[in-house]
Amino acid sequence: MRVLVCMSYIPDTTTKIRFREDNTQLDDTSIQWVINPWDELALTRAVELKEDAGTPVDEVEIVMVGGVRCEPILRKGLAIGADKATRIDVEPLDAFQTATQLAAYMQGKDCGFIVCGIESGDYNEAAVGGMLAELLDYASVSSVSSVQFDGVTPIYQRDVANGKEQVKVDGPAVLIVQKGFARVPKIPNMRGIMTARSKPLDVIPAIQAEPLVEFVEYAAPPSKGGVKMLNTPEELVRSLSDEAKLI
Amino acid sequence: MSILVYIRNVGGQLKKQSLELTAYAKAMADALNLDVTGLVIGTITDDELNKLGNYGMSRILKANDEKYNQRVNRVYTRIVEQAVKEVDAKYILFPDNAQGKAIAPRLSVRLKAGFIPQVLDLPSSYEPFTVKKRAFTGKAIATVTAHTGRVILTPMLNSFGLRENAQDLEIQSFEPHIEEPNSRLELVGKQLSEEGVQLADADIVVSGGRGMRSSENFAMLEELAATLGAATACSRPVADDGWRPADEHVGQTGKIIAPNIYFAIGISGAIQHVAGVSGAKCIVGINSDPEAPIFEVADYGMVGDAFQIIPELNALFKKHIQEDK
Repeated sequence: MRVLVCMSYIPDTTTKIRFREDNTQLDDTSIQWVINPWDELALTRAVELKEDAGTPVDEVEIVMVGGVRCEPILRKGLAIGADKATRIDVEPLDAFQTATQLAAYMQGKDCGFIVCGIESGDYNEAAVGGMLAELLDYASVSSVSSVQFDGVTPIYQRDVANGKEQVKVDGPAVLIVQKGFARVPKIPNMRGIMTARSKPLDVIPAIQAEPLVEFVEYAAPPSKGGVKMLNTPEELVRSLSDEAKLI
Repeated sequence: MSILVYIRNVGGQLKKQSLELTAYAKAMADALNLDVTGLVIGTITDDELNKLGNYGMSRILKANDEKYNQRVNRVYTRIVEQAVKEVDAKYILFPDNAQGKAIAPRLSVRLKAGFIPQVLDLPSSYEPFTVKKRAFTGKAIATVTAHTGRVILTPMLNSFGLRENAQDLEIQSFEPHIEEPNSRLELVGKQLSEEGVQLADADIVVSGGRGMRSSENFAMLEELAATLGAATACSRPVADDGWRPADEHVGQTGKIIAPNIYFAIGISGAIQHVAGVSGAKCIVGINSDPEAPIFEVADYGMVGDAFQIIPELNALFKKHIQEDK
């Protein structure tokens, strides 16, 4: 069973976010790019399933929409243990464009399920997974915290408002996964890094797709007023009730 | 024409966020001279739904069929799509939570409608439709426009607040026509969670970090949370070490939440953690280290021993809440 992992790349969390050209573009000159952390957890679990002989998963492929600058990120994904990476060669302008590119590549492709991290740390939209499922007319299972197998049938566990549910789908599904799917990302070992160099990394051209929304400008968030230090628990309770009026 | 609001139905109960979402929709509706229609899926009583009239809703479409109590994203998407067509909605609003995230992007594809999540404020313009949203995990604010005929928004909790605006509310039953899906989703098991406040919905969150020193010490945070009607949460190392369940992890790689009050207790406040709570209205930092970075982002801070402060706080809040009654 093949598992497809959708991967995005984002500025490293500790990177300072700056903009250029009258605050219309992200200033990417000093950005360190990393795998989107939720996608890294998704990939980690997919690779664990492949390495577990008790599951039918035998192939993991990463798919990413992005320019040439994301290739080191794809190599890292291969070092973690994916068998193959595919890069769709365009810098997307919005989530719909990303999902459209992914869907064009994945349409009709044999796979057990597709995994997407819940959101990406750049635009925080949590949109690509759901859009992809609708474009492919697949079931989407969101808030997925684990996948187990009943024979060769995957059983997905999802969080719902009042608990957890296990569901199965009679066909491929798009899983939108969160922390818990894997706890910590897998760190590539030396062998993984060496073998990643010779694994296939295909680049395919993008299809024509228009975005639905346009990012016109960016600003820094308003700075907070600064902390008010308090000396006793009494002061804290009074501040929260009388001043902030929150309790 | 209407603004359509997706009303989250949690086992027959409304959540406060649906009231806030209705108030937000009403403010848009007043600017555009439209009315606000809600859609609710699954079984729920009219008494419960009538609360929405106080916040500006004038009509509710109620797909009141128990076969919809089990959420199937593909089916829910089609129900909302039919409601959109029924009321000719140009704007569709979802809560910015797990359920909104599960359905709104699918609907965006169905309707070819611009999808703008994590909205921070009312639209600054309607021609073209322009609104501010959160970006880079709270490190920036983006201005986004949509030129599509319909637009789907998910305003963030606390972005607007509760504003009462009583309307006469009409509740109509709504019977969507759902064709058989290509692939069926089947429920094979379910475990109800224990009593307690869900992290994603909580107004108040009590969160602990490494400074709590052991999983046993979280008992005092649970007690404080129970007093305040709060949910409990934790930082990444606490979840990774198994002191707390992984789904309590708040931060860059865990849950991103926006409660009214976030108590960060024994949490240093690394940037990855703060990214998960930057939408909180008020952050309270309690830490033994006066140099801890949590104090750079907190609204209120206390330096001291959490093991002394927490039981005292718990007793004081108990008294305060008792006196309030």
